[in-house]
Amino acid sequence: MTEKQVLEAVSRLLARIAPEADLSSIDPEEPLQRALDIDSYDFLNLLVAVRDEIGVTVSESDYGKVGTLQGLVRFLAPRLADRKDR
Amino acid sequence: MGDFRMPSLGADMREGTLLQWKVKPGDRVKRGDIIAEVATDKGDIEIEVFEDGVVTEILIEAGRQVPVGEVLARIDGGPVEAPKPERIRASPVARRLAEERGVDLASLPGTGPGGAITRDDVERAKAASKVEPKEKPAGGIRLAIAGAMARSNREIPHYYVETGIDMKRARDFLAERNEKLRLEERLLPVVVLLKAVALGLKDVPELNGYWVDDALQRKDEIHIGFAISLRKGGLVTPAIHDVDRKSLTEIMASLRDVVPRARAGRLRSSELSDATVTVTNLGDLGVETVYGVIYPPQVALVGFGKILERPWAENGMLGIRPVVSATLAADHRATDGARGAAFLDALARRLQEPDEL
Repeated sequence: MTEKQVLEAVSRLLARIAPEADLSSIDPEEPLQRALDIDSYDFLNLLVAVRDEIGVTVSESDYGKVGTLQGLVRFLAPRLADRKDR
Repeated sequence: MGDFRMPSLGADMREGTLLQWKVKPGDRVKRGDIIAEVATDKGDIEIEVFEDGVVTEILIEAGRQVPVGEVLARIDGGPVEAPKPERIRASPVARRLAEERGVDLASLPGTGPGGAITRDDVERAKAASKVEPKEKPAGGIRLAIAGAMARSNREIPHYYVETGIDMKRARDFLAERNEKLRLEERLLPVVVLLKAVALGLKDVPELNGYWVDDALQRKDEIHIGFAISLRKGGLVTPAIHDVDRKSLTEIMASLRDVVPRARAGRLRSSELSDATVTVTNLGDLGVETVYGVIYPPQVALVGFGKILERPWAENGMLGIRPVVSATLAADHRATDGARGAAFLDALARRLQEPDEL
C-alpha cells in the first residue's frame, strides 16, 4: 500500500469512529483526539479497527507515535509497503 | 402490593414517555429485571424493577407521557421502590402552562392550597419576565443539564481543592500490564483513576453520598457516575457500580459496556440514578484542570485533566514526571476543605501503589 492508500484506509476508519467530523479539515499534525473530539476510549477503538481491518497491531509503547493522523499513517505505511491495496 | 412508578433519573427529570412494556400481567419479575423502556431527555432508558414479585396490573399503556412518580404498574410481592422523585406541588394546569411558557416551576412560590403552584402563579411569573426569548429554547438533554446545573449552582456552596499527582508509577504499571493484553482488553488510564477515586472515598467516606433534607446521607456503596460526552452534544453520567470492589479489568469491562450504550441512548434506569459521586475526565480533550459542578444531590465531583510532563522534585532531585491535575469540587454543607484535602492526599497515595489497585 502506498502512503496515500494508507491515508484513505485510515480515513475510512476515522469516519466510522467520529462520523460527524470533517476529515478534510483536519490538521494532520494535530493530536487526533483533539482534532476529532474523541476520547481515549474512541482512540482505543480506532486501534482495534486498525488491527482488524488494516492488519497492524499498535503496541502500547508506540502510542506516542500514532497520536496524529500524520503519525499514524507514517507508522502504518512502512509496515504495509509490501501489501497489495485492500 | 407494590407500586412501580415512573422513576426520577436525575434531579432534573420531570416526566418520561413510556415506550414499551417488557412484561405483562402475570409475569414473575425479580430485582434487576428490565420491565419497561422509557424515553427521557437523556435518551431511551431501560427501567429495572427493584424487588421480586408478580406483575398484577399494567396501569399505563405504551406511548403515554407521564410525570415522575406516577404509578405505572402494580407488582405483588412487596414494595417496588423506584428512586424517589423530587415533588413540586403544582396543579396539572399550572404544570402544563409552565411548560408551554418556559417557566421553571422550581423557582416559583406557590399560593395555592398547601403551597401548591397555581395557574395564576405561573402567569404572574411569566408576566414579570420581560425578557422575550430570541432563539429557540434549548430542549432535550441540553435542558436537562441546564436544570441540574442551575440547581447545583443555586443550592450547593461549592469549594474546590486541587493537586498535581505523579502518575509515573501508574503509567509504568499500565504500560507493563497492557503489553501483555490484547487490544480490546487494554486498560485506559481512566480505569486506574476511577479505582483510585473509589479507594480514596473509602478513606474519606463523607464525600460519597447525598445531601438530602439538610443532612448528609453517606452511602456504603461506591457507584461512580462517569461523565461521557455525547456526539450530538451534552453528556450523561451513568453509574459504574461498586467500583471499589471491582478489579481494574472489571472496571474496563464496565466502561466497554456502558460507553457505547450511553452514546446509543440505551442506558438502564439504575445507571442514571445510582451514582453516589461523579468523576469527569477531560484530559483527552487537552484540558489541564477541571473545575466541575456537583450533580445534586451528590456532594462531590472529582475532575481530572491531561497527564502532562512536568518538572517534579523528589528527595532533593529534580526530574520530569507525568503529572495529572486532580480537582475535587465538594459541597461545603457536607464537608470542609480539610476533608477534601484528605481525600486528594488519599487519592495521590493510592496512585503511587498501582499494584494495590
